[in-house]
Amino acid sequence: MPDTALPPVARPIRGGVHAALQHESAAGHVTGAARYIDDLPELPGTLHAAVRLSDKPHARIVGVDAGPARLAPGVAVVLTADDVPGELDIGAVMPGDPVLASGLVEYAGQAVVAVAADSMMRARAAAKLVEVYYEELPAILTAEQALEAGAMVSPPITMARGDAAAAVSAAPHRLTGTLEIGGQDHFYLESHIAYAIPRDDGDLLVHSSTQHPSEVQHAVAKVLGIPMHSVAVECRRMGGGFGGKESQPAQIACIAALLARATGRPVKFRLDRDDDMLMTGKRHDFHVRYDVGFDADGRIRGLEMDLAGRCGMSLDLSNGVVDRAMFHADNAYFLPAARVTGHRCKTHTVSNTAFRGFGGPQGMAAIEHVVDEIARSLGKDPLAVRRANLYGGGLGGSPGRDTTHYGMRVSEPDLLAELIDEIERSSDYRRRREGIAAFNAANSVLKKGLALTPVKFGISFTVKHLNQASALVHVYTDGSVQVNHGGTEMGQGIHTKIAQIVAEEFQIDIDRVRVTASTTEKVPNAPPTAASAGTDLNGHAARLAARAIRNRLTDWVAGHCKVGAEAVMFRDNAVFAGNHAMGFAELAKKAHLDRVHLSATGHYTTPKIWWDREKGRGHPFFYFACGVAVAEAVIDTLTGEYRFPRVDLLHDCSGSINPAIDLGQVEGAFVQGLGWLTSEELWWDGQGRLRTHAPSTYKIPTSRCLPEDFRVRLFDARPNREETIHRSKAVGEPPLMLALSGWLALKDAVAAVGDHRVPVRLDAPATPERVLLAVEAVRAAAKAAGAA
Amino acid sequence: MTDALRFVLGGRVVEVPQADPAMTVLQWLRANGRCGTKEGCAEGDCGACTVVLGELDGGGHHLRYRAVNACILFLPQIDGKLLVTVEDLADGPELHPVQRAMMENHASQCGFCTPGFVMALFALHRTGGGTDDDTIHDALAGNLCRCTGYRPILDAARSLPPKDPATDRFDRAEGGLATLLRSIARPDALTVSGQGRVLHQPKTLADLSALVLAHPKATILAGGTDVGLWVTKHLRTLPEVIHLAEVAELRTLVEGEDRLDVGAAVTYTALLPVLERRLPALAALVRRIGAAQVRNSGTLGGNVANGSPIGDSMPALLALGAELVLHRDGQRRTVALEDFYLGYRRSDLREGEFLERVLIPYPRPGDVFATWKVSKRRDQDISAVCAAFRLTLAEDGTVAEFRAGYGGMAATPARARALEAALTGGSWSEAAVTAALPALDADFTPLSDMRASDRYRAAVARNLVLRFLRHTGGEEAYALETAHA
Repeated sequence: MPDTALPPVARPIRGGVHAALQHESAAGHVTGAARYIDDLPELPGTLHAAVRLSDKPHARIVGVDAGPARLAPGVAVVLTADDVPGELDIGAVMPGDPVLASGLVEYAGQAVVAVAADSMMRARAAAKLVEVYYEELPAILTAEQALEAGAMVSPPITMARGDAAAAVSAAPHRLTGTLEIGGQDHFYLESHIAYAIPRDDGDLLVHSSTQHPSEVQHAVAKVLGIPMHSVAVECRRMGGGFGGKESQPAQIACIAALLARATGRPVKFRLDRDDDMLMTGKRHDFHVRYDVGFDADGRIRGLEMDLAGRCGMSLDLSNGVVDRAMFHADNAYFLPAARVTGHRCKTHTVSNTAFRGFGGPQGMAAIEHVVDEIARSLGKDPLAVRRANLYGGGLGGSPGRDTTHYGMRVSEPDLLAELIDEIERSSDYRRRREGIAAFNAANSVLKKGLALTPVKFGISFTVKHLNQASALVHVYTDGSVQVNHGGTEMGQGIHTKIAQIVAEEFQIDIDRVRVTASTTEKVPNAPPTAASAGTDLNGHAARLAARAIRNRLTDWVAGHCKVGAEAVMFRDNAVFAGNHAMGFAELAKKAHLDRVHLSATGHYTTPKIWWDREKGRGHPFFYFACGVAVAEAVIDTLTGEYRFPRVDLLHDCSGSINPAIDLGQVEGAFVQGLGWLTSEELWWDGQGRLRTHAPSTYKIPTSRCLPEDFRVRLFDARPNREETIHRSKAVGEPPLMLALSGWLALKDAVAAVGDHRVPVRLDAPATPERVLLAVEAVRAAAKAAGAA
Repeated sequence: MTDALRFVLGGRVVEVPQADPAMTVLQWLRANGRCGTKEGCAEGDCGACTVVLGELDGGGHHLRYRAVNACILFLPQIDGKLLVTVEDLADGPELHPVQRAMMENHASQCGFCTPGFVMALFALHRTGGGTDDDTIHDALAGNLCRCTGYRPILDAARSLPPKDPATDRFDRAEGGLATLLRSIARPDALTVSGQGRVLHQPKTLADLSALVLAHPKATILAGGTDVGLWVTKHLRTLPEVIHLAEVAELRTLVEGEDRLDVGAAVTYTALLPVLERRLPALAALVRRIGAAQVRNSGTLGGNVANGSPIGDSMPALLALGAELVLHRDGQRRTVALEDFYLGYRRSDLREGEFLERVLIPYPRPGDVFATWKVSKRRDQDISAVCAAFRLTLAEDGTVAEFRAGYGGMAATPARARALEAALTGGSWSEAAVTAALPALDADFTPLSDMRASDRYRAAVARNLVLRFLRHTGGEEAYALETAHA
């Protein structure tokens, strides 16, 4: 080792943790060079798939005539459920999801027949030629109908504390009511796609746009009846996921794989946007019933709440989704006595699935509506009632109020009060509240509303075994590093953050670190990239793998330089040991020549978590992620149209691995949440057919939907108390629920029509239509109250 | 007989000898190794496929650029034009200023929509688009992003440096590109056939007239913002298509003393500056028809001839008393727009006849005219209800004439004659208007569908009259747009 104190390469590293780096693919994105699956060069002989969807919500299949489709130009093969060599069912948790319908269709949009042809247009044209003969059966279409009929995909469960019914009855005040919360389509810009390529020995490589390569691998192996070791699944990047590519890609990949197996040719299956929206699951819509008792300050004494999620035709991930709605039926509020029941309604509609927040948003919407109505019934500012109900003994609460209705202690109970204080000040809440009152008094057509809402969101999969991750790190002899981990890149920047973590660990420039496509061949048995936990889990695993190599290098340097291991230091793209220094590339080369193993895996499991679903008790979350929002809305009471003049967000991203990426997550989640609660309406006709299945009819936000004055800040004063990766906090889902402030600001504006004296019900999504109808209801109620 | 298509791409003339006339530009690009342009919806509603077209201006030396949706643009429609895709922007490793601005502002997450945004911003940058937010929103309303929430994209747009002709690649290349485009200019009609389909693209009105007469069953294609979907979504084969966008006489716009005379191939974008001067209320509505990409291709003539019940321009044209010039074999007849529609997507067009021009009278001095569209989302949405009103008051303040056109309320856009009758001759006051509103129930029995319920449509139809009443009273303060914090 040369005795130079500072080798020429020694300089501060570029892009360790906490740096606001650009997304690793930013240049590829803006030049169009970043490849998605549909952009991969097609192999000779590639076929394209299309499916024939059911147009009945519930029917027996009495016959399928695929003859004309088989004879159509360019068609290579037509498959039905009878042609599946392995298992037909690919249900993610429980059976119920046949890859192709067999004998029975249970939603309009269910795939019945698959076609492969030499072009996508020809495959689609051929699929239209398939005749399916049905015998129609009665269909259940809404959660309410399913509740009445007792149709469930899984039994209800309850989380309870104390005698909620007695507490409600004994309370000085009581409110009961119902609320409808709509679903949401993911509308990732890249629709579902898989490209299945036959390999030697009957093996298969599947490029899949998926948040869960291991599940796709498992499903493909199952339907083909071959071992998992024969199926490789790879995903470099997705064009958006949002939970829609957690369980749903399995069917797409399986259909491509079945067609590839049947023809021996590569098969690409890319869903046209309409088919994507008709075939694949969405955010669950919920029917909510509540009965709440409270005191004169608006403090909740007892709550009984029923959360009925429309699960659709199968279970899919609905147990977890409805559970999470139940876990978040408190949001930020202490419920001294509570009985929260979750119903998993079976309907003849598409099987609903994971979507950013995973039920949490619906549970929070329910309790925020309840708290809001408590405030109105008492003639109080809803913020005062929110404060009165907060967890904790600090600014708003009292001691002992720090345990959730499922028995988990909130470890930072005062954080929310701190965030609320901060945003109340920075958003000028009080003065604006007065200004809005004056505006409303002076305007008969336009009304303004204001709302401040908190978010407390639990981080971890509530299914324990999913809380693990692995990574594989290689150091090459030129000092470049390759990282493979179980997470997938859907735009959230996980590869950027993990490259930062590994660069930090080796103390090298980020340019030397390459995170590769996710593949089941390098990291097996990975959980889905979901639950906001991608970086928490895989970042830890990658650091452990890097650390294992670094430890070997440390030992080698210590031996080589004859110093103690504690004297070896990695810094500035180099390693230092006593008076010795060496660049990282040189180190890698020399260590390799001395037969040091430069590859390692890391495996991480989340500590502290447990959950007893039977008893409804446990510590299901490693920690909570928190934020607050203040939204101002203005509505036109003639049409129900509205705008958001100003929104302030303050989200806790303390310890952020990459503040630029986290800011993007906060803003993007908020706008996506606002879309869910305002313009995004899923509309089924009386025959159970979804009629909003393309952007012409399904309206996600555009740039002009942004609040005109949008002030977003990351709170960074409280690094995670738990030992998360670099003390960071998960950020993917929690800020979506900040958008509840926008919905409640609209509700506040509607309430102004009745001078805040009559109850308001504003179901979600609050389309202009719902706002106008709510205005009319409030006018009528105010008139009736005035007359009485 | 079939002609080879020619267009300019990547600084070279591309010749496509045996084009399928129904192949979209997006399909062609992706099949030819240019995969930067993405398909997000195949119906012109998400902007992921945005490309930019360049055309010679009147003088033949300068290029005009416009962003369009490649997913619903047929390949023959770009014959003789410059096609610019996301791959063309960077100069080797040197990124275009738009690309740099997007990167520096962290404006991509999943990146799938990003090429479309880059191209929409490139078009804005080329056309010297302002840096005020309204212009930026107008340029981006046709591009959906599901990840970022748009703020960083808006910041990228706001931070764009003005185009510097001395260094701008496209400015420096303009002379050469113009030469290339002149070299492929086509003096005569184009015919493209393949896959059992044929597309005719005449250059003159006489040729068009002869073609329509000879092929009376042919689909008439103007901008293609609706016809494109018949192919991509309904998988219709369209054996015969006549494309009229290149007919010189149909691209003229005459700003007369008392009316606008609009050729059937005039795009909304070409129409807008004239509307700003002559009919600002209609201009405000037209800016909400589709989005920039759609307005750059779509035409008023197409909207009218198509006759969709939810076409946004028709209520205004009905209220203004627009007329249509219909052409058959050199003969012309003029019909009032209100007499043109016979039923759901059925019109008075006879065999061999086509829409040549739309005549839009200006409101008379003293008239008040306004039109509003109500939809779930402000931009790039289809109306739940669209209404337009024109009011003429007599000397004594009574209503001399009131015309109301509505869309979204019936099988065709239509006048509200019962409402008009109820208001005409009476006073123009809150009491009189309120008393007249029930007449709307006689005019329309609206439907419930995914855009709105019958109840909402009926309520909004009434309330827009009340909004108009306030508008005529000069009450502008209530507009949502101006109600800032």
